[in-house]
Amino acid sequence: MNLVLLLEQTLNGLQLGVMLFLMAAGLTLVFGIMNLVNLAHGSLYMVGAYLSVALFNLTGSYPLAVLLALAGTLAVGMIVEIVALRTLYERDHLDQVLATFGLILFFNELVAILWGRAALYTTMPAWLSGQLELFAGVRYPTYRAAIIVVGIAVAVLLWYVVTRTRLGMLIRAGASNRTMVAALGVNIRLLYTVVFGFGAALAGLAGLMAGPIYTVQPGMGEDVLIEVFVVIVIGGIGSIRGALAGALIVGMVDTLGRAFLKPVLATVLSPTAAESAGPALASMLIYLLMAAVLAVRPAGLFPARG
Amino acid sequence: MSEPAALLQIEDLYKAFGALKATDHVSLEVRAGETHAIIGPNGAGKTTLIGQLAGNLRPDTGRIRFAGEDITALPAPARSRRGLARSFQITSVYRDFTALDNVALAVQAHSGSSFRFWHPARADQSLRTPARAILDEVGLGARADVLAANLAHGEQRQLEVAMVLATKPRLMLLDEPVAGMGVEESQRMVQFLARFKGRQTIILVEHDMDAVFSLADRISVLVYGRIIATGTPAEIRANPEVRSAYLGEEAEA
Amino acid sequence: MHAHARTLTIAVVLAALAAVPPLAALLGQPFYLDLFRRIMIFAIAALSLNLILGYGGLVSFGHAAYLGIGAYAVGILAHHGIHNGFLQFGAAIVASAAVALVIGAVSIRTSGVYFIMITLAFTQMLFYLGISVGEYGGDDGMRLAGRTRFAGLLDLRDATPFYYFVLAILAAFLYLVHRLVNSRFGMVLRATKSNEARTRAIGFSPYLYKLAAFVIAGAMCGVAGALFVNQTAYLTPAFMNWTRSGEIMFMVILGGMSTLIGPVLGAAALLLLEDLLQSWTQHWQLILGPILVLVVLFAKRGLAGLLPGAARNE
Repeated sequence: MNLVLLLEQTLNGLQLGVMLFLMAAGLTLVFGIMNLVNLAHGSLYMVGAYLSVALFNLTGSYPLAVLLALAGTLAVGMIVEIVALRTLYERDHLDQVLATFGLILFFNELVAILWGRAALYTTMPAWLSGQLELFAGVRYPTYRAAIIVVGIAVAVLLWYVVTRTRLGMLIRAGASNRTMVAALGVNIRLLYTVVFGFGAALAGLAGLMAGPIYTVQPGMGEDVLIEVFVVIVIGGIGSIRGALAGALIVGMVDTLGRAFLKPVLATVLSPTAAESAGPALASMLIYLLMAAVLAVRPAGLFPARG
Repeated sequence: MSEPAALLQIEDLYKAFGALKATDHVSLEVRAGETHAIIGPNGAGKTTLIGQLAGNLRPDTGRIRFAGEDITALPAPARSRRGLARSFQITSVYRDFTALDNVALAVQAHSGSSFRFWHPARADQSLRTPARAILDEVGLGARADVLAANLAHGEQRQLEVAMVLATKPRLMLLDEPVAGMGVEESQRMVQFLARFKGRQTIILVEHDMDAVFSLADRISVLVYGRIIATGTPAEIRANPEVRSAYLGEEAEA
Repeated sequence: MHAHARTLTIAVVLAALAAVPPLAALLGQPFYLDLFRRIMIFAIAALSLNLILGYGGLVSFGHAAYLGIGAYAVGILAHHGIHNGFLQFGAAIVASAAVALVIGAVSIRTSGVYFIMITLAFTQMLFYLGISVGEYGGDDGMRLAGRTRFAGLLDLRDATPFYYFVLAILAAFLYLVHRLVNSRFGMVLRATKSNEARTRAIGFSPYLYKLAAFVIAGAMCGVAGALFVNQTAYLTPAFMNWTRSGEIMFMVILGGMSTLIGPVLGAAALLLLEDLLQSWTQHWQLILGPILVLVVLFAKRGLAGLLPGAARNE
């Protein structure tokens, strides 16, 4: 096994894990605080991707595009929360699932109207498109390394906010006892809108980072969303720690599996068998992992409510 | 002198939520045929104790024995099947089913297999007849075809008791059966429950002192997760610790 | 009283469906025969989902998986030259039931949000599996090698006999579900949905009942899949796309959960609505999406709630 290849794929796994974490953190926060299952979370990711790509193509300035995309996704998220989601907080999960499903259809079509159904392409800004020399002749794309750095920074920021600030304390208190927090006179509505906006921003960030390296097309959010579900189920719902653990595990298993399962199988099976079984098994790997974790821990690895 | 047999033995039960000791080394024996009341101020840990007896909560340490069998690890449905029946403090009936359907379901749980896929359960007289009889017994006979959601609060409490009776109980765990009932209704419920004295073993958690003192053979007092006294109603009334911790407050209220 | 109104409604609907082929022939519009056959096939799928969702309270977002499994069972056998309907439909039922058993066994141990996410994830897994197995078309899918034949009795190539075959299955399944939900088994299922804590307290362990319902529902949807692939003469992994699961779920909600006729009405309503919107604009999902949101927010009881005698679920 090529050690350089292994290192590269491990870093790719970390990069995927970090992006899944951004999505999972937003989704699990919203669920933990507001008890809202939001299938349209993937749509926010999509909005972030589309806005950043379109704005970069328009303005030519990457920092500007990133900023506007983030702000735009935040705005879209808050509008959606105020207009459509407020009534859903008291409803049961089935209603939430169905209503947000309707939102997915709406957003996918809206994006198709504005930018067409074909994938949207963009170039990367020059200063991000090179390769970094890690050590001794080992190189890694700068852009992907940047994603990893940003992701870790956000994870640290989240940890700080949730554990060390007053907002974070409200978030944790809200997660364990909604009515109590409301009874204490905290403006629950505002808290909810802020938390939802936060989650939307995280999704938008993941989306805008995904823009240059993943396919930007209608429906891109749903593919990611299901992987995020796997992350949350494995990590445990309602906990940021669980989201991080789950995201890293899923990111690694998925990336390394796709890269190495076929050659590994080829050592024990015939080449033709490995050729067909390899990719098939690799695509199923994270779901099998999810089933395995569930068999042992039905509430995930680090569930919020002990 | 031979002691009456103990039907339920609670042995050194302990359950803590973080720093809060909800059940603090509780040991208790409930004798077959006795009506044993558990009283205590709010926050004493009565709900947690009931939850552990019924099988909804797992104790951290300690054992529960029912008719000699260690049931500590048994889930709630298994305990019900062994005859440990409970009613809920906050009414928990099937709101979108009729009173008769409610009781018939309880009967069904103890009448053979429910993996029958073809014949209508509502036409099964082996379920409907006993259910009607039980409804008549608790005084809801005339309301059999009313949706549980449309029953008055007091009637819903009666329905709770009916469902307990329908499961062929050996021990009835009644969690505040007269909660929220008016004076007349409570008295009727107490008179009704009194009919089971000696025939059934009852653990009664209650705040209503009239109910407690008229029904109980023995009373245990739970304060801050510990049982501070167990005895006959007269003994408990006279107990100075109990008076200061609990009854004293009640007299003022 | 209510029972009679219900039976009458179902009879009327089935009679109306039976009248479609002669009417379509009369009007010279074979398209309607095709459309209503499609509606009935989805009605069967929605009926099966209603068993676990409407009566059982299991929010399974992965039900389309069984549509796909039934379709692929038939398609794969046809690909290998087996066109015998008994074998094909038998395989569809067995395969769907088996997969439902495995997925159900793992998923039903969880509840609430976990259950929704897990069923979604497993369906997606099957979708990816379907894509990666190249021999049966992979991503693009493949044409059905030949329509199902039932040994001289019936050839599903013939449009009208095929139509009545689907109608017969729909009627049979309606009756089957009717018996199921009113049986002892059905009562436990419905009780669990109504109040799970109470159900455990009286002595039922809900897990096996839910699992049995899940398997039955999966098998029924497998039959719908076997019919569907004959309808489209084509099969692709997209049959198992989770948006299809959402569609079927909407049919259940639109028609009225935990009613017998609801899924049929819902399938008709949604497919007719889609057909109508598609004729107006290619961007029909832009309109359908918000409609669905509004239905969820304001019309939970669905169409069956508008019918006479629809006072409560019986």
